[in-house]
Amino acid sequence: MNTPLLDVRNVTMRFGGIVANRNVSFSVERGGVTALIGPNGAGKTTMFNCITGFYRASEGQILLDGPNGPQDIGTLITKPITGGSHLVTRAGIARTFQNIRLFKEMSVVENLLVAQHLVTANNLVSGVLRTPAFRRAEREAVDRAYHWLGEMNLTDDANRLAGELPYGRQRRLEIARAMCTGPKLICLDEPAAGLNPSETRELSEVIQRLCKEHGQTVLVIEHDMGLVMRISDHVVVLDHGEVISDGTPEHVGNDPAVIAAYLGVSEEEVEK
Amino acid sequence: MQTNRLLTLAKQALLTFTVSLILFAPISGLVLEGFSFRNELTRAVLLAALVAAGRVALSLVGMTAIGRKIAGKAASNGSGVTVMTGKEKSPALILGLIFLAGLSLPFFADKYFLGIAILALIYCLLGLGLNIVVGLAGLLDLGFVAFYAVGAYLLALGAQYLGLGFWSALIIAPFLAGLCGMVLAFPVLKMHGDYLAIVTLGFGEIIRLVLNNWLEFTGGPNGASVPPPTLFGLEFTRTAKQGGVPLHDYFGIAYSADYKFWFIYLVLFLVVCLVVYAVERLRVMPLGRMWEALREDEIACRSLGVNHVFTKLTAFMLGASTGGLAGVFFAVHQGFVNPTSFTFFESALILAIVVLGGLGSTVGVIAAALVLTILPELLRDFAEYRVLVFGVLMVVMMIWKPRGLVRVQRPAFFPSTAVKGAGTAPLSASPEAVR
Repeated sequence: MNTPLLDVRNVTMRFGGIVANRNVSFSVERGGVTALIGPNGAGKTTMFNCITGFYRASEGQILLDGPNGPQDIGTLITKPITGGSHLVTRAGIARTFQNIRLFKEMSVVENLLVAQHLVTANNLVSGVLRTPAFRRAEREAVDRAYHWLGEMNLTDDANRLAGELPYGRQRRLEIARAMCTGPKLICLDEPAAGLNPSETRELSEVIQRLCKEHGQTVLVIEHDMGLVMRISDHVVVLDHGEVISDGTPEHVGNDPAVIAAYLGVSEEEVEK
Repeated sequence: MQTNRLLTLAKQALLTFTVSLILFAPISGLVLEGFSFRNELTRAVLLAALVAAGRVALSLVGMTAIGRKIAGKAASNGSGVTVMTGKEKSPALILGLIFLAGLSLPFFADKYFLGIAILALIYCLLGLGLNIVVGLAGLLDLGFVAFYAVGAYLLALGAQYLGLGFWSALIIAPFLAGLCGMVLAFPVLKMHGDYLAIVTLGFGEIIRLVLNNWLEFTGGPNGASVPPPTLFGLEFTRTAKQGGVPLHDYFGIAYSADYKFWFIYLVLFLVVCLVVYAVERLRVMPLGRMWEALREDEIACRSLGVNHVFTKLTAFMLGASTGGLAGVFFAVHQGFVNPTSFTFFESALILAIVVLGGLGSTVGVIAAALVLTILPELLRDFAEYRVLVFGVLMVVMMIWKPRGLVRVQRPAFFPSTAVKGAGTAPLSASPEAVR
């Protein structure tokens, strides 16, 4: 339990001459909720894309602790031919998106089945011939899909098109889909964006249940401070691409640098 | 109210009249005579008036109760995809009847109709193949005819140089065409949409030009002849030419040239049934689901650990394999292949089949393939207007049924009874535990 699940070490991300993240370091502890917050344009989503393997960090390391010791995310992406962001998911990091990306013209269950493609039988011949092994794998996948639908209160919508669902349910479906990949770490990119207060409350219960009942480690980007303070065990604050505060919600909430970043106080005043 | 309607009608009629006059005047109003031309404007005016009258008649029908009903129906089924309820009746009986009807067709049809049926089934195969690439995986492929050519030339040239027969070609063709698909697809699959379409268009032309210009090997525009098929050493010709026994001698029946077509039709029909079954299975298999997911959202797929390049590659290869199969049947049916059979028009026709049928719908693709091959035969009298009729059909379809003839239906899934009985049984969260 001593090594953190995810260790971000001195990560810098540049796009040409623009530095989106400078020397960011933080760690995500097992079984807790870590929140990444900061004002708009602070580089949160860039950081997220580095962690989930959509960008290759220009400098620094992102280490995911696995059974064979820590593994650098960056090397997975740049592996020749077979490399890519999909390997990061297979290593155990799942994510959701700020603007929901469901397979809209597929049914809800199918969305979850696609996520389980590693455990279902992908063999062409066994699928066409419907071998017993294929059918067992499919049945287990469907059952697991229903399990997660139940966890997210979506069982009634199982056989509807994903695109037809109301916005709040689409959000939860995306979380269920990410959970179906069997991740060690689930990264939620602004899960409460566009939700009304009651839906937000429901969402925070879902996230807390993930942690408490399933021991899931969660990394979340969020703008809703109420939600962040309620659910997170550990908060990291980014501003202008740098970590300005790191600690428990109480510590961060009372940090003058954080207040300054959010309320826009000039830098001289903070230094005083 | 009444005058209002009249006014709109008059407006519509005037607008339609003007537009059609502009269109018709140069086409049918001016008749070329050597180096000069003659004015036939009355003809153009007459045509335009006819169109305007048709427009008014349509509007008048639309105002009546029946017209409104039809319009309402047409509008309501525009939404496209639905999920099954899981309570549908099994279509096994209908499918069985269709299968039997298909098998017994040669005993009723004459040679001419059987030829059309073979052609229609070949286009079914091509449509099903392209449907995997375009309809399921969402990769626009404008050079699909290249794989068709690979299959056809495999049989023609294989017989010439390696002594391949129909059956060996039938087995080798899917693999060879799949390999060609892989060679083409591997470098280009990182491209999207339009770029991919242009590269595949180029590939189709490359294959055709190579076939056309490599005189020593392919015979160039003169083409290559294809040996007739055999069945366990029995031949369908009047006298044995490939060292076997003629079929009619073996069974002691009178010779008929139709036997060959019967044989081709039956084998082709069985192959089409197998491919239809395989494609239908694919749609509820993980691979098919990954293709459709890739079509919907590639980034989300990557975030779920799907290797998008390999998944697209499999779609391309399986589509190409089906095209290769169709090519073998085309070659053996024609008894001769040359590059003019594999032009871009052919690719466009196959794409039209897939789009008309409804992207991703197997039933739709089969229906569209049958319609688009049988219709031109029925329209022999209007042969010159065939492409025009195609065009009109396309426009009408795109207005009334933009998602294709047949709606796509998604399969429904239900948990196994074991879970239902135990309520929400504690299932393991991590897939590793289940392995």
